[in-house]
Amino acid sequence: MSEQTVDPAADPQAALTRPPEDEEQPHGFWARYARANSLVVTVLAFVTALVIGGLLIAVADPRTQDASHYFFQYPWDTFRYGFAAIWHGYVALFQGAIFNPHTASKGTWEGYVGPISETLTNATPLILGGLSVGLAFRAGLFNIGGQGQVILGATCAGFVGFHWHLPPGLHLLLGILAGMLGGALWGGLAGFLKAKTGAHEVITTIMLNYVALYFLAYLLSVKGFQAPPYGQAISNAVYKSAQLPPLLGGSVRVHGGLILALLAAWFVHWLLTKSTLGFRLRAVGANQFASRTAGMSVERSYITVMVIAGALCGLAGVSQILGTNSQITGDIDAGIGFDAITVALLGRANARGIVAAGLLFGALHAGGTQMQSATGTPIDLVQVIQSLIVLFIAAPMLVRAIYRLRGSTAGVGGELAKGWNG
Amino acid sequence: MTAVAEPVGELTVEHVVTRAPVSRAQRIGGAVSLAFLGLLTLWRFGIDGHHHQKASLRLGALGAAHVPHFTVPAVPVAWAAGILTIVLGLLWLAAPRRRWFGLVMGVGILLFTVALICWLASASSFAFVDVVGLLTSTINLAVPLILGALCGVMCERSAVINVAIEGQMLGGAWAAALMGSVIGATAGIISGALAGALLGWVLAVFAIRYLVNQVVLGVVLNVFAAGLTGFFYDAFMQPHTESLNQPPLLDPIKIPGLGDIPVIGPLFFNTSVIVYMTYVLIVLVDIWLFRTRWGLRTRAVGEHPKAADTVGINVLAMRYRNVIIGGAIAGLGGSYFIFQVGQFQKNITSGQGFIALAALIFGRWSPRGAVAAALLFGFASAMQTTLSINAPSIPSNVVAMLPYLATIIAVAGLVGKVRAPAADGEPYVKG
Repeated sequence: MSEQTVDPAADPQAALTRPPEDEEQPHGFWARYARANSLVVTVLAFVTALVIGGLLIAVADPRTQDASHYFFQYPWDTFRYGFAAIWHGYVALFQGAIFNPHTASKGTWEGYVGPISETLTNATPLILGGLSVGLAFRAGLFNIGGQGQVILGATCAGFVGFHWHLPPGLHLLLGILAGMLGGALWGGLAGFLKAKTGAHEVITTIMLNYVALYFLAYLLSVKGFQAPPYGQAISNAVYKSAQLPPLLGGSVRVHGGLILALLAAWFVHWLLTKSTLGFRLRAVGANQFASRTAGMSVERSYITVMVIAGALCGLAGVSQILGTNSQITGDIDAGIGFDAITVALLGRANARGIVAAGLLFGALHAGGTQMQSATGTPIDLVQVIQSLIVLFIAAPMLVRAIYRLRGSTAGVGGELAKGWNG
Repeated sequence: MTAVAEPVGELTVEHVVTRAPVSRAQRIGGAVSLAFLGLLTLWRFGIDGHHHQKASLRLGALGAAHVPHFTVPAVPVAWAAGILTIVLGLLWLAAPRRRWFGLVMGVGILLFTVALICWLASASSFAFVDVVGLLTSTINLAVPLILGALCGVMCERSAVINVAIEGQMLGGAWAAALMGSVIGATAGIISGALAGALLGWVLAVFAIRYLVNQVVLGVVLNVFAAGLTGFFYDAFMQPHTESLNQPPLLDPIKIPGLGDIPVIGPLFFNTSVIVYMTYVLIVLVDIWLFRTRWGLRTRAVGEHPKAADTVGINVLAMRYRNVIIGGAIAGLGGSYFIFQVGQFQKNITSGQGFIALAALIFGRWSPRGAVAAALLFGFASAMQTTLSINAPSIPSNVVAMLPYLATIIAVAGLVGKVRAPAADGEPYVKG
């Protein structure tokens, strides 16, 4: 779309699906981003984050700390214990996320699939949230409102789940739809404000997060929503008929939300690559002024994309309340809204990448829990590793500098950074 | 339009003072909000008020000796406040002046608050409201917000978006708790500010040198700070609480003379050293930004970096300095939590950094506006506690939403237009 005179509306696919190398000047956020990030940079970012995480594990290890007191007499002990701590920590992480020979040796079904089930359970809402943030990215919007949208989704789905008595299939379907509607409403509100008044979506979505948090806190103190005996801030339990079915048998946690997540990923992939709407969204994301000149309604695109993004986060809420948990608590969102941003960035805002990134971070979360119980390394390490990965991926110049890599140092600049007024 | 003609010799020099026009949204939005507030006051506290109860406002808690208090009739106060607010709204509609907007809205909110407090005192099961207690907790809650918002002013006036105020506060809080326990309170305050500055430096490097999207960066830095402090808390502080997580509490320092004034003394001049530092910083940042060469350059860099560069201002250096100083201010705000609670806990800032961001935006990127907004938000959360004690029928969580809703309304331009510095969030690449 850059120097050619081809009317984008007449030849949309040719204009947007051209490989980025062909373009002299890649337009927009993601084109620049993808070019600056080769697979190598991604892998190196991951490795660097794990190395720094390993240092933290060693620092937190009591035996290494003791050995460091006589570091100058006998440094080898510090290194030995440090490496042992890192090894045990990361082994526990692997065992919690993929396969644990200790539990598998008991020969039970849970023993074999337990860790994978935990990974998939953790990954489900992350994939859905990541798709939401990623889709909004592609339209040039930054959806920080995942938290609020997840809360609204969970609240609506949960309300349908415990308030009504309905036949099994219908109840679940209505619950899912209610959750999507709740999230869509919350996301759409930010999109509407952006389209009609120009209010920056980052500010409005952050504020809507807090409104949603207090709204949920209020609901959890209302009879009819709060579970008897009304002492704790926890809702009634969702009926069995509205719960997502377990995927690998009732004894492990992974549930039908995963299917929803994969369907949503397929939908987002189709939307972005095959549909006219997706083309419009990407065009608006790449250059809103050009899109407006070409006759597209930028305002309508903003509202549409935020409604869809909100619905996706609402689905993450559905997975939380109709799948993983059955009662709504104040922290039902479990930080998904913010984790989703890291997933979308790691997945480079395309559906396949987001599924992979969601699985990776889901595995990190599942493994982190196991690591904490097995070696005592605090689970907050996972948050550190996760943020470091994204930080390094967002700054490919830094990674290239660390590893003395050659490559375009142009990096991510210009249009990637948008101000409050943009 | 005011035209003043003054003859100077043979020439006639005409000074034409043009008033900035008031936008229609601001005019109508202001009038509608004032009318709404006034009607709400009349209906809720006037017509629906407790007609036979008097409101007792005490300037101190029940236990304290010789507390001055005065009693007012709640319902007439509500009527007066309501009618005044509506009149104010009509006046605004008839003759809006842009520079009076904040004042007019402030008076409207103040009148509503007075009626609310009187109503509360008449409805309360304790039959009184402790006004000084309410104002004291307002200041206590507002101080970290003010510091966070000042950090935002420093960063964003030089065009670096800082969504990581929360993370900088958290880092500051953690460092203050650690060094406060190991060395002492002064060291705690200093290291809190240093930790904030360090995180500010990280923000600056990634935003300015590596040109990372500043909102992405802020969000990621928040996650990073929360993860790192949580990790170190679990790994070190939790097992050694008495040696690593027991900072001394800051004793209030009474300023001789000023501290003895009845209401104002205990409120403003008998508090901790961080609050005094906050007073100084408010004045400093305001002078700094609008009365010094540095401030002029900062604002130039924030509005039009290319022009600033052309006249020889080092754009990137200005940004680095401002963001690092801003980080230090936010870190100081973080250490305030520590010396109030006396211990670091995971996620101790609990979203206050985001409220500070809201205060910054609500205050339209000006130090004075940000401070006023922070005080307003602090008052809203102090009111939340007072409400839940005195009138449990009002859901305090709904009251807690109000600052956020107000910010949404403000950025949506329903009540005037909010505009960020022109270059805010755009990295500057020389060339």
